[in-house]
Amino acid sequence: MDIRHTATTCPYCGCGCGLTLETSQGRILRTSPTPHSPVNEGRLCIKGWNVHDFVQHADRLRKPLLRTGSQWQNLDWDNALDIAAARLAHIRDTYGPDSIGVLTSARCTNEENYLLQKFTRCALRTNNIDHCARL
Amino acid sequence: MAGLATSFGSGAMTNSFAELAHSKCLFVIGSNTTVAHPMVGMRLIEGRRNGGRLIVADPRRTALAKLADIHLRLRPGTDVPLINGLMHIICEHGWQNSNFISTRTENFEELHDSLRQWTPKYVADVTGVPQDMLLRAAELYARSEASAIVYCLGITQHRCGVNNVRSLANLAMLCGQVGRAYTGVNPLRGQNNVQGACDMGGLPNYYPGYQKVEDCAARAKFEAAWGCTLPARNGLTTIEMMHALHDGHIKAMIIMGENPVVSDPDAGHAAEALSRAEFLLCLDIFPTPTTELAHMVLPGASFAESEGTFTNSERRVQRVRQAIPPLAGRTNSQIIAALSRRLGHVMPNDEPCDIFDEMCALTPIMAGMSHARLDTQSLCWPCPHQEHPGTPILHQTGFTRGRGLFAAIPHVPPAELPDEEYPFLLSTGMRHAHYLTGTMTRRCGILERELPELTADIAPADARRLNIREGARMRLTSRRGSIVSRMHITDSVPEGVIFAPLHFAEAMVNLLTCPALDPVSKTPEYKISAIRLEKV
Ligand code: SF4
Repeated sequence: MDIRHTATTCPYCGCGCGLTLETSQGRILRTSPTPHSPVNEGRLCIKGWNVHDFVQHADRLRKPLLRTGSQWQNLDWDNALDIAAARLAHIRDTYGPDSIGVLTSARCTNEENYLLQKFTRCALRTNNIDHCARL
Repeated sequence: MAGLATSFGSGAMTNSFAELAHSKCLFVIGSNTTVAHPMVGMRLIEGRRNGGRLIVADPRRTALAKLADIHLRLRPGTDVPLINGLMHIICEHGWQNSNFISTRTENFEELHDSLRQWTPKYVADVTGVPQDMLLRAAELYARSEASAIVYCLGITQHRCGVNNVRSLANLAMLCGQVGRAYTGVNPLRGQNNVQGACDMGGLPNYYPGYQKVEDCAARAKFEAAWGCTLPARNGLTTIEMMHALHDGHIKAMIIMGENPVVSDPDAGHAAEALSRAEFLLCLDIFPTPTTELAHMVLPGASFAESEGTFTNSERRVQRVRQAIPPLAGRTNSQIIAALSRRLGHVMPNDEPCDIFDEMCALTPIMAGMSHARLDTQSLCWPCPHQEHPGTPILHQTGFTRGRGLFAAIPHVPPAELPDEEYPFLLSTGMRHAHYLTGTMTRRCGILERELPELTADIAPADARRLNIREGARMRLTSRRGSIVSRMHITDSVPEGVIFAPLHFAEAMVNLLTCPALDPVSKTPEYKISAIRLEKV
């Protein structure tokens, strides 16, 4: 079996423990502490040890979904992005850019956060962006 | 964040986690550290073992409070009186650091004058903490060689959160306990990348690196780099957006990886506001009560499917690496870039390492970082150039804003206190096995077995009086909503206080909490609301 180890960072609390995901054929088998991480020095809390459980949970969303009445309809990516962009452009151009608001995420990476605020400011043309850290 | 940024010029943790193990005095306030930040909790326990003295200020008898040299069991919502009282005692005894005050700070007179009324007797009356304990804590903190303050949401999640934080900054400056190793004012962030989301400009008034939207020079710089004209006015905060949705001024929302229907302090209001949107677009990895309201849901990639970086509470930027391909086929960056292109703004970079380089080139505090550098070693910002080793300790020679700013801090009592109709004070927080709204942890089998349902803590005397048995189910009702919870009898909560965790979507504690906001930071008052208990 082809086993890989990927050193990464825990997605839960602000400690930011180094954890290593053990994978085989696209599945995570195990989580363990990254030995030399300066934050956790070989330790993890109960949430960290079990982190892979949620990643591969059966409830994970796998397809873009569009609401049609009381139903959800599966879409392919291109179709979904076309519809989303058209709706946003329509609202931006009808009511003005400040009629759109964006919540970015204290769970997502720096790169994703940077990109989403840039998108909000450049493409939607509003500064209505915040996250729930105040919360 | 707003509080520390005003006092010091930066809202971030001033020192690093590892230093806490070597502080001579640790003052922990409003943080159930061993539960909410287990690794920092370890450092505190290590510090205690190394001979550091531990002061814990918390209405609850937490695990850490049991280990403390001094447990200041203050009444909920009386943090400012407590800290003002400690400073009063420090000044009375001449324990302040006059050299630090005169060379590093300004506006001391304003603070000094305001302390006069906070006599030990008055403070003991307001906070419920005995005078001799106040004296011991004040002396320990002020006179130790190196004292560090650690705080968390118990300080910030109040209507007076900014006041609380500025009070702690006052205390540290008064005693010169900041800007050196093993000292500082250290906010622990509630979520893994809160620090990063702020650093990256996920804020209505800042571009990346805390460059102000309303500063023309900063705006011109970003306009040149991004090749477009940028809006000049500050945007709305989360809570203001919810109000604007409700009033019809905002028509569309995009929500990436957040669950405001559960996490919003007035959850009922958030759900109603969001259901008024003409178009609600969610990007998430799981269905949540928020995605239930969406018109379209895009399946996101989890951390294990993403390349990039997270920034922890101590400003340490660390690598996130892709272990498995995105389950739904696209990374979040690809999704955002694709949407942007369709809305007329083409982004040159959608590969994480290129995005990071683009950001660092525009963000002086991170200018010396790159994925390649972080692959060998994590770095704390500021890190202004490629040879720079990073900065675990802030404000060493001067504060980010120049001189540290003292301010007189008045006491603002909680917006809602118990009364005849709602006689209990509800305080919210976390339990060890779960995390925030539970979207992730409640899908981990072992964690769910640890703690499968909402359990609220009640003091033994209250339980006796109301004839509540261990494990009984009770209805908790506030002016805003009502939920059912099992009760756990424990002396960790004082009489008159109920503690409940917020992890359970089927019993949302935030249906009860009070939406009063801090006027500056707009942080809601999660920590205190009035409720009553009824048999079900
Ligand atoms: S393993 Fe535990 S302590 Fe470490 S970052 Fe994750 S949740 Fe926090």
